[in-house]
Formats: sequence, C-alpha cells, structure tokens
Amino acid sequence: MSHRELDDMLGTAWRKPPLVRRAWLRWTLLLGFAVYLVAAFATIDVDWGRVYEGLDRGWAFVMSFTRPDFVSRWSDIWSGLLESIVMTVAASVVGIAISIPIGLGAARNIAPLPVYVICRGLVAISRALQEIIVAILLVAIFGFGPLAGFLTLSFATIGFLSKLLAEDIEAMDRSQAEAIRASGAKWLQWINYGVQPQVMPRLVGLSMYRIDINFRESAILGLVGAGGIGATLNTAFDRYEYDTAAAILILIIGIVMALEYLSGVIRARVQ
Amino acid sequence: MLRLKNLTKTYRTGDQALKGIGLDVPKGQVLALIGPSGAGKSTLIRCINRLVEPTGGEVWLDDTELTHLGAGALRKARREMGMIFQEYALVERLTVMENVLSGRLGYVGFWRSFLRRFPQSDVDEAFRLLDRVGLLHMADKRADELSGGQRQRVGICRALIQNPKLLLVDEPTASLDPKTSRQIMRLITELCAERGLAAIINIHDVALAQMFVPRVVGLRFGEIVYDGGPNGLTPDKLTEIYGAEDWEATIRKVEDEEEIEAAE
Amino acid sequence: MPVLERGGAQVWQRRTMGERLVRWIGWLIGLVVFAVCWQKISESTTWFFVWDAPRIAGDIWDRATPPKWEYIARLGRPIWDTLNIATLGTMISLCLAVPVAFLAARNTTPSALFVRPVALLIIVATRSINSLIWALLLIAIIGPGVFAGVVAIAIRSIGFCAKLLYEAIEEIDATQVEAISATGASRWQVMAYGIVPQILPAFAGIAVFRWDINIRESTVLGLVGAGGIGLQLSSSLNVLAWPQVSLILLVILAAVVISEWVSAKVRGAII
Repeated sequence: MSHRELDDMLGTAWRKPPLVRRAWLRWTLLLGFAVYLVAAFATIDVDWGRVYEGLDRGWAFVMSFTRPDFVSRWSDIWSGLLESIVMTVAASVVGIAISIPIGLGAARNIAPLPVYVICRGLVAISRALQEIIVAILLVAIFGFGPLAGFLTLSFATIGFLSKLLAEDIEAMDRSQAEAIRASGAKWLQWINYGVQPQVMPRLVGLSMYRIDINFRESAILGLVGAGGIGATLNTAFDRYEYDTAAAILILIIGIVMALEYLSGVIRARVQ
Repeated sequence: MLRLKNLTKTYRTGDQALKGIGLDVPKGQVLALIGPSGAGKSTLIRCINRLVEPTGGEVWLDDTELTHLGAGALRKARREMGMIFQEYALVERLTVMENVLSGRLGYVGFWRSFLRRFPQSDVDEAFRLLDRVGLLHMADKRADELSGGQRQRVGICRALIQNPKLLLVDEPTASLDPKTSRQIMRLITELCAERGLAAIINIHDVALAQMFVPRVVGLRFGEIVYDGGPNGLTPDKLTEIYGAEDWEATIRKVEDEEEIEAAE
Repeated sequence: MPVLERGGAQVWQRRTMGERLVRWIGWLIGLVVFAVCWQKISESTTWFFVWDAPRIAGDIWDRATPPKWEYIARLGRPIWDTLNIATLGTMISLCLAVPVAFLAARNTTPSALFVRPVALLIIVATRSINSLIWALLLIAIIGPGVFAGVVAIAIRSIGFCAKLLYEAIEEIDATQVEAISATGASRWQVMAYGIVPQILPAFAGIAVFRWDINIRESTVLGLVGAGGIGLQLSSSLNVLAWPQVSLILLVILAAVVISEWVSAKVRGAII
C-alpha cells in the first residue's frame, strides 16, 4: 500500500486484506474447491433408506455399551486379548532392539554414507507400507496365526522408532559427543557415553508410545488372519452380537488408557 | 470519578494482595502507581475492570458500582475503561487495523465484528488514531511485524478507540528501551490531556513517573504508603515504599537519569 | 556415590548392591515375560509353513511380477473414492473436533468438573479404536460403501485432531485474551478475536497432517467393505490375482508418498 494521507483515507471503507492477494488465484482456488466438493458428494451415493434402517441398529449398539457382555464369549475374548498382548510385547521388544542399531545407522552425523543409505531405505520402506498390507503379505507367506502379526508389528516398529531415533541423534548436542571422543574412546564407548545419555529419555518415551500403538494395531491384525483380538471382534460384528463387541471395545479402550497413563508416568520419571 | 472503597483481594493461595485500598481519582487526573514487585499494582488495576475478581470492597465509576455487576453490565462498564498492557498484548496474528478496531468490540454485535464489517465512523476513528500515533501507513501490517514501541502505540490506539473515561495502564514501558519508554509515556500523558482522560499508570521506573505525572501513589504489601506530588518522594519515602534493600537496587537502576538528583 | 571395600581397596561402582539387584531382577522378569510370549506365538504357529516360507515368497513374487498394468484403467473410480473418503472424512472430523477441543481445553471449558471429562472421554474413545474397526462397525449399521468409509474416517480422526487442538488452545497467550476481554467484548467475540487467531496456524497444520494420515488409512478401508481402492485389493486377493495385487500395492504406495509430499509442502508453507 502506498503512503496515503489521512484525509484520503477518511470515509473510505476498510476491509481485511485477503489471505491470497491475487484475486484471480483466490477465486480459482475457491471455485475449484467448491467444484470438488460438489463432485465428491455427488459420487458418494448414499443409500439413505439403508442408513435410516441402520439407525435402530446403531442405537442398539450404543445402548449395548451400557450393558456389555463379557461373559458369554469370555473364552474367545480372553484368548484373543491374550494373543494381542503377547504379540504387542514380543513385537515391541524385538522391534525396539532392532531399531536401535538401525536408528544409529540412519543418523547422518554418526554413520558412514553407505550404511546411512541402506538404513534410511529400510526405514522408508517400513513407513510407506501400512501394517495391514504387510500383514496380508506375511499371512500369505507364513500362514495364519500370531507369527505374521508379530512380524508385522516388529517391522512397523522399526520404521517408526528408527526414524525418530535417528532424527533425535542428528539433533543432539555435538560438543558433548566430541568431548567423549577426545578422551580417546572407542566407537562403542563413544556411543555409550557420548550419545546414549543424550537420546535415552526420548528413546524411552518413544518406545512407550510405540507399545501403545502396537497394541492398538494388534487389535485389527486379526481382520486379515494375523492373530489377536480383531478376529473375535469381527466375528462378534458378523453375528450382530453388539454386547460382546461393546465388551471388547471397552477392554481395548481401557487397556489403551492404562498404557497412556503408564507411559505418561514413565516419561515423567525419565525426564 | 473513580472511587475505590476498602478494596481487598485475597488469592486462593492465601496471599493478601490488596488490604483495603481507598483511592479517589478525579476526572482528567493522571496518576502513577509505584511500588516493588508483588506490591499489588497489577492486581489493583485488574480489580478495577474485574479481570481479577476483587474479594471485597467497592469500585465506583461515576455512579456505577462495578463489583456486583452481571456479565452484560460489566461489559458495558469495561467499555468506559481502556487498558494498556505491559507486553502490549496485541493479538499478534491480526493486522494493526484489526487490533485497533478490536477496541470497538464492546459496541459492535458479534456477526458484524466476525465479518470485520465495522461502522464507517469506527473505521474513520481508527484511521485518525493511527495517524495521531504515526502508524497510519502500517494499518494493514500484521501486529507481529512491528517493533516494541510501535506495538505499544497500537495498544494505545486500541484503548482510546473505546472512547473511555479512564485509562488503566499496566507497566507500559517495561519491555521498552529508555528512549522509547519516554516517548510512550509522553504520548500517553499528552493524549490524556487532549481528551481529558483520567489514567492510572503502573510503573516501576520512579524517575520516569516523576517526569510525567502530577500525582504519585506508592503501594507496599497491598497498602497505600504514599500519596502526593512527585517532588514529595524523598529518599526516606522511597525507602518506606521499596524497603531498604530494594531501594538500593532502585537507585542503581535509575542512577544515570538526571532526575535522580532532583529526588535526592 | 557407592564405593565398595574390597580387600582393603576402595572400588567405585556406578550403583549400590541393592540397585544392581533390582536391575537384575527387572531384566530377568523382562526376559521371562518375553520368553513366555515367544512360547505362546510359537505354539500357535505351524512351523512347517514357516520353513516353507522362502519358497512361497518366491512363488508369490514370480506370480506378482510383472504387475498387470492395463488394470489401472479400472482403478480410476476407486482412487477417486479413496481421495473423497480421506478428504470429506477429514473435513467432517474437523467440524466435530473443534467444539470438542474447546470443551476439553482447561482454559475454555465451561465446566472442568462435568464437561471436560466427557470431552476427554470422546477423545480417548475415538482415538483408541482403529478406523478399520470403526468401518466394521459402521458397515454393520449403515451397510457397506463409501459413506461408511467417510464416517469411519471422520469418527476416528475426531480424537486425534481434538487432542492436538486442545493442547494448542491450552498453550495460547493469556494476556491477548485478557486484552480483548478488557475492551468489553462478549464471550464469542473474545473467542473470535482473542483465541481463534492464535490457534489458526496449529489448526491448519493439524488438518493437513491428519489428511495425510487419512489418505493412508482410507486405502485399506475397502478390505472390510468400506469403499475405495482397498475393495479392489480385497477382491484381487480373494481370487489370487497377484499381478493385480502388485499393481494396486504400487498405486497405494504412490498415493501415500504423494500425500506425504503434499502435506509436508503445505505445512512448510503455513509455518
């Protein structure tokens, strides 16, 4: 805006300057968005009759949360839940153990270039593939059962944890690590004394968070036959046994809340 | 015009911030409130427009008693009192003009303000005020692009566009350099004189207060221990206000200012 | 500092005997738990299949390559559906998440005692349950199709968006809000002028971030019948049409990479 005098400006209207200054671009964006919305809604074709019918069932489901049925399918629920927990624990342990060396390798400031490229590639593959797709492939290869689920979760853990660990190492305080190196430490000693103390609190926090995610994911792997509570839940929905489904969902929510609480406590203690 | 009667404030922690303050501010008088940190200066100012709820006592603005007003009436009363803040408290992601116009919020309905369709008279007044403080060319800049002194000028415009009877000013110069501090103080006192406004200015820089205001009130531990002209502030009085230890620190702080000789 | 007397010499140790004992017991328990978990997984695994896995994997690879490129012509509509599920789902969830976030944030909630716990419960419940499970549930209620996918994504995202948003609301600068209240503004005006401008950048960032995640999730929703490209994946898997499967996986991978790129660009532009 050019420098204008007060007298020119008095009596002129004032408008908030628009976010996008070029008018044609602003209108093109708005119009494009509107056209997209119309097109998107037009292609959804909702069967409103079916939705209307479903409202009763939806209400029945909501009501079933007030009287969840833990009892009649307890043995199924219990074995499914146990399998989920077992997969979570085993996959978290193995995944965290593997992701530490890979995380070190994926940090540019401590790994040589070839190692860095390989580790980053591994991380990228693991992150691009979603758990459920990995699970489908692993079930096809290893057969049904928790082994496929365990491998899936371990693989996903590696992608998640290695990346964040590597970023943390890359952001660490260089001078502390240099001081240890200057004392003539070997590579492993250097990692142990110079790097580990700096990234440990965050590693613990992230690991706790990943355990939480692993449990949530383990609840769906059963849908494709990779073990866990998902299979039981799927069966419950198929049979329209909403009270059992509600019981399972309540258990999942409860465990996730407990895990979140636990990880909060642990994170507060390490930091 | 403003009359405080036995105003008290006790925080939930048990700290007594104000112990029965009585104060009279006539129309058009500019008054400086000095005292050490924690003396209750900020609390006193905030109790007047009830950003902090007072525990007891009365606040009279002309013929209205403020401490018992309901939400709607309190909003009407707040329009009469412009407030200027220590860290400017501009909404940083809004433009200068929006910040100034936000002073009219008490007069404009929700949708009008939401759509930024302020009455032309308000917009003109905003232009005039910005011109008065020399920031008209910045009207469409975002507030976080401004320097400290410029932000405080915008803050002053926001308070004045409310068309208040009284300005409540909380440490207006605490975040500014000495030169800008004086400019801002001069601007505030000049504007008060132009418009016949009363003002209560919290300030911890005693020398600056003495330079610009005709009346100084000293607060210590939530009680008024001095009320008089700027020249009555002898070292003894300052010791009484700030306490022996704090006083040393205050002297050192304002040592370079030539006004300190006048005080001693 | 724990110092031990040993044969007249003082030996420095990092931890006292008690501490070391606790640590050892901790590690031992961890090891036992892991062993038990592994035992569990091993029990329910048919090891014959596992030993056979390399051959099967090679077999699948042979059949899946090269991908059936001409099949892409039939993926246009599913890709469009997937995009719509993610975009519309994100928009609906944002509309719902905003009020929940305001009710959950300590500084804006109307009642910390009654309203806030409810809002937090909504956040936890929607967050802990995977979108595939929501889809399963919604298909049981309103029937299969794109609409179920949109609603599933919308519900799943409420908790995520509301959590990040309420944290942003709790971090705002209180004096700016105070300044607006001091002008005599009403409650809603304080919201519009004091709070909203401060959280707008966070809001935009959250929206784009969640949209990116939702593109990922919506690609697999079809596995349970909730529309999108997952539907094609599921039917191709059912008839063991591996060349189609590999093409679909490539498309999903591309979608994930593109959405991540877009989201990173947009977030970079906002911040």
